[in-house]
Amino acid sequence: MTQTMTNYTPDDMAEFARQARVRILEAVKHANGGHVGGPYSAADMLAVLYFGMLNIRPDEPDWPDRDRFVLSKGHSSIALYTMLALRGYFPVEELLTFDSIDSRLQGHPDMTLTPGIDMSSGSLGLGFAGALGIALGARATGRDFTTFVMLGDGECNEGVVWEGAHVAARYALDNVVAIVDHNKLQQFGWTGESLDDRITPYTGTQLADRWRAFGWEVMEMDGHDIPEVLATLEAAKQVEGRPAAVIAHTVKGKGVSYMEGNYTWHSRVPNDEEFAIAMRELGESEGGAS
Amino acid sequence: MTALAPGKALRLAFGETITDLAATDKRIVVLDGDTGSSTFTSLFEAEYPDRFFQMGITEQNMLGMAAGMASLGLVPIVSTFSCFIVSRAHDSIRVLIAQPRANVKLMGGYAGLLAGMTGKTHLMFDDVSIMRAMANMTVVAPADEVETRSALKAIIEYDGPVYFRLTRSDSPILFDDDYEFKLGKAVTVRKGTDVTVFSTGVQTARAYEAAEALALEGIDVHLVHVPTIKPLDVDAVVAAAAKTGLVVTTEEHTIIGGLGGAIAEALGVNAPTPMTLHGLQDVFGESGPDGALLDKYGISAEKTAAAIRDAVANR
Repeated sequence: MTQTMTNYTPDDMAEFARQARVRILEAVKHANGGHVGGPYSAADMLAVLYFGMLNIRPDEPDWPDRDRFVLSKGHSSIALYTMLALRGYFPVEELLTFDSIDSRLQGHPDMTLTPGIDMSSGSLGLGFAGALGIALGARATGRDFTTFVMLGDGECNEGVVWEGAHVAARYALDNVVAIVDHNKLQQFGWTGESLDDRITPYTGTQLADRWRAFGWEVMEMDGHDIPEVLATLEAAKQVEGRPAAVIAHTVKGKGVSYMEGNYTWHSRVPNDEEFAIAMRELGESEGGAS
Repeated sequence: MTALAPGKALRLAFGETITDLAATDKRIVVLDGDTGSSTFTSLFEAEYPDRFFQMGITEQNMLGMAAGMASLGLVPIVSTFSCFIVSRAHDSIRVLIAQPRANVKLMGGYAGLLAGMTGKTHLMFDDVSIMRAMANMTVVAPADEVETRSALKAIIEYDGPVYFRLTRSDSPILFDDDYEFKLGKAVTVRKGTDVTVFSTGVQTARAYEAAEALALEGIDVHLVHVPTIKPLDVDAVVAAAAKTGLVVTTEEHTIIGGLGGAIAEALGVNAPTPMTLHGLQDVFGESGPDGALLDKYGISAEKTAAAIRDAVANR
């Protein structure tokens, strides 16, 4: 496999991630619904993937030899749409059609509608299975591309994830990289010390231990440190003889103080005041970018 | 009863046919859910080990991986027992195969009442109802080895998801070697004037034997085989019903939502006709030998003849 080369610097990627957070919140506010916390925990990694990692052609979305990306945590779709728009797959103005009738930007990714979506997803764990099928199919058809797939840590509750993890290791699928967005919170989750306190589904090294036990090469990274994400994903891509899982330690709602680590922002629409605060913290004018 | 010539089990015809087709169609790959020694995907593995993928006992994952492979232009043929495909992996089929119209062929093995000694956990006879309700899904139930061969060729040429019903036990031969299955078309097996019988899958052979027996009693059955349950050949169904003005549907499947349900919907809307739905009732199955099961659950040739006889007597 070849080293991925793009013209974008880590600073560019950080800027695209910042813009993505702005556009995500605008789209959710405009649609009066949608997810925020998960898109924000994933935004930096998606910026690295789309501006520094994936071998893709936005003007030829179905190019057969492109790297694939599957967002198995499909409820973070708006983060992916935003990144696709910023990368040039469709106009950024279209982001405001998110969740509206007849839009190509559905609540969960639909491979039949949106340019750049390699696999539909939404029912948790299934996008991962689809991604593994792409990787196995790539081997069967002699194609040398990498399939990246992002899962949530809550998603790892699903049994189908571990069915696939077993089969991928059985086939030594070293052309797939799974990124687990370990933001330590799920939609509602298990109760901690009070009803307002929700605890991580997997503590300490539990998540890494699970993937390792299933025969995967496991790496860990700070999912918000862009140079570290770049280096770790590149290393994961180079792993031979077994599939690679990258546990990304992230913060749900990353980038906006009142959202960070607050499970209620899993899916929530900001009011005008909250929106203005978020825009300010994201370095945008209070009215947003649109 | 008039006996048809003995024939192979549909599962064996399936294993042989996909192996034959794979010689010229390089898109074909087989995904097996650890049942290949029963479903005869073993034949394919022996010939094409590089195109055979053992998925182990991971049905939800297997159907999802099939969708991923289909996205690269492959034609994955996914095979395991019907209950595990339809029930266990239902969500994978719905989200990754039916919704995107992935070109995956779902081989529901051991479908129906006659699955050896497995019992109610494995006896799957609401598979057609469930798969028929799913948008974008085509549902096919062949009658014998001849039709299985022809229909497999047709559904692999068709671009889109198909649920294909396969059975375990040997099935009598209904069709001549030159029979050609046409996707979405019903086929008249026997012309008659007293009652129109619609049948599907391996039940058609029993319906045929019933019809021949009833002919000796002076009841002239018009028998139509409906191998494609979805999309239903509505025009043919309406025309065949009109020939006699009395309809009996029969199937090795629940009478709720299967062939009988599909025909009741079509006739109810287009040409209301008195009809009897014959098949498995609203029950689960049990272990037992084939003959005893067919008799107890009321779908043997003799019991099928009785249902038709009653319908004619009560018209």
